[in-house]
Amino acid sequence: MPDIFFEDFIIGEVKTFGSHQFGEEEIVAFAREFDPQPMHLDKEAGKASLLGGMAASGWHTCAVLMRLICDGFLLRTASMGSPGVTENKWLAPVFPGDVLTLRRTVLESRTSKSKPDMGLVTFRFELVKPDKTVAMSQVCVIMIGRRNPGARLA
Amino acid sequence: MTYFEELEIGDHEVLGRHTFTEAEMIAFAKLYDPQPFHVDPEAAKRSHFGALVASGWHTASMWMKFFIAFNTGSTKALEAEGGRMLAVGPSPGFTNLRWLKPVYAGDTITYATEAREKIATRGRPQWGLLKAYNSGTNQHGDLVIDFESAVLVARKGG
Repeated sequence: MPDIFFEDFIIGEVKTFGSHQFGEEEIVAFAREFDPQPMHLDKEAGKASLLGGMAASGWHTCAVLMRLICDGFLLRTASMGSPGVTENKWLAPVFPGDVLTLRRTVLESRTSKSKPDMGLVTFRFELVKPDKTVAMSQVCVIMIGRRNPGARLA
Repeated sequence: MTYFEELEIGDHEVLGRHTFTEAEMIAFAKLYDPQPFHVDPEAAKRSHFGALVASGWHTASMWMKFFIAFNTGSTKALEAEGGRMLAVGPSPGFTNLRWLKPVYAGDTITYATEAREKIATRGRPQWGLLKAYNSGTNQHGDLVIDFESAVLVARKGG
């Protein structure tokens, strides 16, 4: 049962969660399935590309971000899914061996008049390399169940 | 090969269609998005979705699969219609991605793309930036996903 609810997300809060090391095999496996471009599959092709080396598909990085969000807090949260992502920036390539850490900032929080059992929380999620380079930055809204449905926010 | 110069604003291409199976939805979600309504059919029944739904990242990644298949000429539709081979490079990202309706097992999603804007920069003479509107529509004609993407496309002689 979830123990984190809408009310627990405070605007301005910044938290760091778990990390993921991108393996060469998983980069290739994801790319074969969903994004079979040479720069994601082959070292030489990666070097010759604008990325400067074989790098993960951006969609793979999004999927891994989702996993870090799940493991970090969402599986304990009364999540009701997401209406979408307002902005997703692939800022730096993700190479085999790179370790990315999830950083979460709570940007906005609002209740819903039509759906009193939930609220909408807007997050900025960032995947950060050990040298503090932000590889990916995403603004995402998640629908989250309320601890006390219908109650007014203080 | 289709280059930046040859892209026409308003060009609408149907990339292909895919029927999501429960097994592949669960397999994807176990790896990347193990929320109960994506991995557990019984828990999904009790959720507000009423049944197992695909992870939104699965629906989005599948768009990419069809975009690449279309652009590299590996789809049957392309062979039949004499489509394009687009010389794409990396993408800086996307905006306004919306998951508008759940995707349930057995749903068939038709993926499409439409050229919206072409941006040329002096600093990067070999490449142009294509802005596109992308979508996925289910068998009932309901939009289930859409987003605006940007991708580098090679220029002729670049």
